[in-house]
Formats: sequence, C-alpha cells, structure tokens
Amino acid sequence: MYVSPEQMMKDKADYARKGIARGRAAVGCTYADGVLLCAENPSNTLRKVSEIYDRIGFVGVGRYNEFDQLRISGVRHADFKGYSFSREDVNARSLANQYAQALGHNFTHEMKPLEVEMLVAEMSEEDGGDQLFHLLYDGTVMDTTSFVVIGGEADAIRERIEGTWSREADLGSALGSSVDALAGPDRQLAGDDLEVAVLARQNGRRAFRRIEGDDLDGLLA
Amino acid sequence: MTLPIFVPGDDPGPDFVGLLDRLGVGAFESSAPFDAAQITHGTTVLAIRYSDGVLMAGDRRATSGHLISHRSIQKVFPADNYSGVAIAGAAGPAMEMVRLFQLQLEHYEKVEGSALTLDGKANQLSQMLRNHLPAAMQGLMVVPLFAGFDPRTGLGRLFQFDVTGGRYEERDYAAIGSGGLHASTVVKLRHHDGIGADEAIDVAIEALFQAADEDIATGGPDTVRGIYPVVALITVDGFEQLADDDVATRTGTLLDHLRGAS
Repeated sequence: MYVSPEQMMKDKADYARKGIARGRAAVGCTYADGVLLCAENPSNTLRKVSEIYDRIGFVGVGRYNEFDQLRISGVRHADFKGYSFSREDVNARSLANQYAQALGHNFTHEMKPLEVEMLVAEMSEEDGGDQLFHLLYDGTVMDTTSFVVIGGEADAIRERIEGTWSREADLGSALGSSVDALAGPDRQLAGDDLEVAVLARQNGRRAFRRIEGDDLDGLLA
Repeated sequence: MTLPIFVPGDDPGPDFVGLLDRLGVGAFESSAPFDAAQITHGTTVLAIRYSDGVLMAGDRRATSGHLISHRSIQKVFPADNYSGVAIAGAAGPAMEMVRLFQLQLEHYEKVEGSALTLDGKANQLSQMLRNHLPAAMQGLMVVPLFAGFDPRTGLGRLFQFDVTGGRYEERDYAAIGSGGLHASTVVKLRHHDGIGADEAIDVAIEALFQAADEDIATGGPDTVRGIYPVVALITVDGFEQLADDDVATRTGTLLDHLRGAS
C-alpha cells in the first residue's frame, strides 16, 4: 500500500506529539544569577533535570528511557570533548546541534520517532549571556535567552510565564513565576511535585545545583 | 565528534575509561623501553588523618635524573568534592592518571545521578593502576595516595597503593615517594590520637622539610621564590587547599624553631 511521504511524516509527528503531550511540563528560564530549570515531577529518583557539564544543564520530557539515553550520551559527548580538548571548549550550542542531528536522523529513518522534547541550557560567566536551546522530536532546534517551556500544555504555560518572567528576577521570584506558570490558575504545586535546579554564577566550576527539601520549601513559601 | 550512542549490549555505562576504549582512544598505552632517568619524576607526598578529616601534602619539586626539572609542580589534587589524590613517580603518566581519575568520578556521578562511595573511588584508582602496569614495568612507575572524608563514618580515611594496583588502607598516616621514608618517620613520632587540624598541618610541613633535608629529589621551602609545599584539608566541608601565605607563615615559625634548637 502506498503512503505518501507527507502523510508518513505527519503520522510520525502526530504520534510523537501525542506521546509528549501526555507527560507533565518543564520550564527553563534565565534569571539574575544564571539559569533556573524547573520540572513538574512527582518522582524523586527518575530525573528530568540533570547536569551535563560545568555550565550546561539538561531537561527532558516525554518518554523517560528515550530522553535519559540522550542525556547520558550528552554527558559522554561533553566529558569526552573536555578530555580531548579543554573544559572551556565544551559548549551547549555544539551539544544541541548533536542532539538535533540524532533526533532528526531518528525521525526520518526509524519507524518510531522519539517521543521527547528537550532543553539544553548554558550559563555564561557574564550577565545576560545565558543561552537556552529548545529541541523538538524531529530535530528542530530553537535558541533563546529568555525562557523555554517543554512538554504537555506548553502553549498555555508559555502564555502564563510570558507575563511574569524577567531577566533581572532573583531566584525566589524566578521560581515563583515558573511554578505558577506550570501550575496554572486552578492548581497549587508543592516542593514534592517539583524538581528544581540552577546553573548559577556563584557556584564555582560545576555550576549545577539541585534545590531540594527545606531549601526548596523555603523559596516556595 | 558525534553523539556517542551505543546499543544496550555494548554500552559502557558510567565507566569513562570504557567509553574512551569504545571511541578508539586507549587511555593506557604501553610504550617501548627507554631511559627512565630522562623522565620527569615527582617525589614526596603524604596524608595524615586528624580529628575532622584527613590532610594531604606534597613538596613542589620534580626531577629528571640528577636535574631539577620543575620547582613548583603540584602533586596534590582534589579528586572530587570529598576526596583528594596525591602522586609520586613519573610525572607525565601520573598527571594523566589524576586527570582521568577526576573525570571518572565526575562522569560516574553525572551518569548515575549519585557519587561513588569512598571505597568505590579507591577501587577505581586500583583498576587504573592495574591498567597502567605494563607501562610501569617499562619504567613509568606511578604510585598515588588517595584520601577522603567518608560521610558514612564521619571520618577521614586514607589509602596507599602499589604499582600492581594493590590497595592498602592505612589507619593514621602514609607517606610515599623518594623522601617518604623520612617524612613518615617525622609523622610517626608526632602523630597521636585526636590530633587537630592545626597540629597536623605543622607536622606535615615539618615532615616535608625533614624529607627535603635528607633526600635530594624532595624540594624544601624556597623562601627566595616564595614556593612552599601544597597542603590540603578534606573535611565534611569538602576539599580545601591552604593559602600559600598560611603555609609560608607556618614554615617561618618552623625555621625559627629549628634555628633556636641548633
């Protein structure tokens, strides 16, 4: 039976979008000290937000095994690159391009597209230089310096955070606007429902820090 | 440099050395025999357990045969937040081993989402030494000391190794390298249960001074150029290297004491 290429791509895209829309969303945004990564994730062990390298963080939503494999290959890519050259030569742009290649290749050549949406964030040593790369299931890559929303109901969340986000915000207000945007008007999200981490300029070489437990509750209060 | 993705059966997991092998970059290559006197060697390093954790220290000299090749080499490094590694032996492969060891610990932590235990870290270093054995047999000996703060017991712990990868946990102190024997005698005489950070630092500085006094390959304090031993403390707060000024002041006090005593 003949299926036109247009129809095949559309079917794959619909399939991937459906899978991603089922999962809970995540937000990454820049703030005064760096980048805040915040995901709605009731699990305490299956992570969506992770450290890739000194100044690079990762958020994935969708199918866990698929984005986790991409996360690990990202850690490998970064560590190997830093080992071969120098730590300063590792950057998010090149990693995002590699991810885009892998996702694009998979989307065109495999039966089943990857049901993932990812964010690669890089903190800059200078204020205002932070970068966010938004990757879609088909290898589309977009870059921004403000905020990125990935996962289910992304459009509604994007609209909400648009009104409250500010580059000069401190950690507390950046977290507040991200969590309010994730929750929406009818829900309240507590520390246990969230996975939060920052890439902050005051953290030294490895800028990635998880914010958990009492620290998180304190910021949410 | 493409994204390293492996099929499940061939996946190296959190093993960075395994990853290098699969990417065709062998971390441990053996070489043809050569004149060991041509190679830069690092010398005396030591570790002392004290009340809040463990101290590591090393002199700053590297030698090639009878020549001084570097006056301010670093031989004590943080391995990760809560452990340190110090090296004696052929400087090139030793530095490379330290770099690989640091990367391995960080790589494991990122891939697995949690850090190795202190024993796990020591075991990793053993395996690296075992992989390095063919090169060691050709004259490129590397002998490290590994020490860290163990959050499970709340104590500092330290490990000695031999070139075959043998791992020996020591209770209170260890010193290795060409001046290690002299250094460990000083530490042995002055170490006691419950020794505090302040006293342990002074003992370490004197041990390295006395080692330099007896051993030509160990560098003493260089007051002309302002080069002093590297001293680091590893406690519940992490790895912290002492400021040069602090070590310089303490060295001054030691020298005054020795002048007065002679």
